[in-house]
Amino acid sequence: MRNRYSIFSLARNALSYHEDWQTAWRSPEPRSRYDVVIVGGGGHGLATAYYLAREHGITDVAVIEKGWIGGGNTGRNTTIVRSNYLWDEATHLYEKSLQLWEGLSQDLNYNVMFSQRGVLNLGHSLQDMRDIERRVNANRLNGVDGEVLNTAQVKAMVPVINASPDARYPIMGASLQRRGGIARHDAVAWGFARAADARGVDIIQKCEVTGIRRKNGRVVGVETGRGFIGANKVGVVTAGNSSVVAAMAGLRFPIESHPLQALVSEPIKPVLNTVVMSNAVHGYISQSDKGDLVIGAGIDAYVGYGQRGSFSIIEGTLAAIVELFPTFSRVRMNRQWGGIVDVCPDACPIIGLTPVGNLYFNCGWGTGGFKATPGSGWAFAHTIARDCPHELNAPFSLERFSTGHLIDEHGAAGVAH
Amino acid sequence: MLIIDCPWCGPREQTEFSCGGEAHIVRPVDPDSLTDEQWADYLFMRKNTRGPHLEQWVHTYGCRRWFNVARDTVTYRITAVYKPDEPAPGSPE
Repeated sequence: MRNRYSIFSLARNALSYHEDWQTAWRSPEPRSRYDVVIVGGGGHGLATAYYLAREHGITDVAVIEKGWIGGGNTGRNTTIVRSNYLWDEATHLYEKSLQLWEGLSQDLNYNVMFSQRGVLNLGHSLQDMRDIERRVNANRLNGVDGEVLNTAQVKAMVPVINASPDARYPIMGASLQRRGGIARHDAVAWGFARAADARGVDIIQKCEVTGIRRKNGRVVGVETGRGFIGANKVGVVTAGNSSVVAAMAGLRFPIESHPLQALVSEPIKPVLNTVVMSNAVHGYISQSDKGDLVIGAGIDAYVGYGQRGSFSIIEGTLAAIVELFPTFSRVRMNRQWGGIVDVCPDACPIIGLTPVGNLYFNCGWGTGGFKATPGSGWAFAHTIARDCPHELNAPFSLERFSTGHLIDEHGAAGVAH
Repeated sequence: MLIIDCPWCGPREQTEFSCGGEAHIVRPVDPDSLTDEQWADYLFMRKNTRGPHLEQWVHTYGCRRWFNVARDTVTYRITAVYKPDEPAPGSPE
């Protein structure tokens, strides 16, 4: 790496008043042709490029981004990382990702501030608790850590929560994944970009793909705002715009794009040292290292590409958050925004081959893609390099919608992330 | 919040309505004659248009009747509201 980050580089650069740090990645002009072109410079796309280089030795790669890297859903999520899904296929994929998270800062030589502060999924009814017990048992059978907590244990972990029996949303218990937590979302994009760049990947920003050129049923390159770029293989990782890019290749996907909103409060002193999620009330909350409360809401039911959602959605979420945490009622919200999530009918992603030769799609992560960033890139890189899915992502093919092998994760993934 | 002009009740707030997704998807007349891929296309595949979009809404907390809406999915602006038996705006009669 050109400029390895360490305590020594920090001290050395302090001597020059931190004015001589190299840029973290180059911004080259696009070449006319690459071995692999990745469309979409979010976390998943950058991770794909990084693992193509690191795991498969493919460095003749360009990542093409229409805006700036990490400016889409990577910079718009609530940064929760966990792997406690219900079904085997999903659990294995997300657990691979969680294992990569655990070594990611060292691997990338970039502090992604991954903090395993635990993730609580609250249960508010007897049925919630039955579902939680079922999911924790399934997790443990798959080798994923999980515990079922009772009301007193939840209260001990989160003293500010309203655990009174006459609360609007009584807390009957929770599942806890201690290895879950949060990470710094921007750092994930920047870290993958810098590490991929160091291995020779070209990162090209402000370059919109406008067409996918095909010949005899195979992809030969992409039309962009900066001219045609030839490629032996094209991997598309464009989240909310997946259907738009798919249509460029004459493909139809089982995806609908919806606005998903989140908001952050003013910074306050440390009050919440874990992640609290509740599927029943459509809300999830954590406190960032900066001190602001990071709150996620639900999706709007209509198709939307506007990166903003309805006020009624965040109103409902905040009403629930205030019931759960009465002490937060006077905290002021600083910012609110929306990201466009690509939702599949079974709340699971599509990672694999398409009917067009050498064209690959990684999409449909819906409301929960951030946690999967390293694992998604790792599996997608394998798929592109070998022209064949890894066993981890083979179940997540586009064909599952015709064979009927859906992976119904709405229970564990449907609302809260 | 969207203000949706229900063809029967007039303009009401979006929270009174539920969105039913893409409009004009026709159930195949003879499902048994379809391949699995054709059935999956009917059941799961969607246009998911970025821009002008025709979609179904139902006035859940009003008259409980279904109708169609032409709405831009980027600006969210509603350009037309029409009853289920009426043709889509701009479509050939």
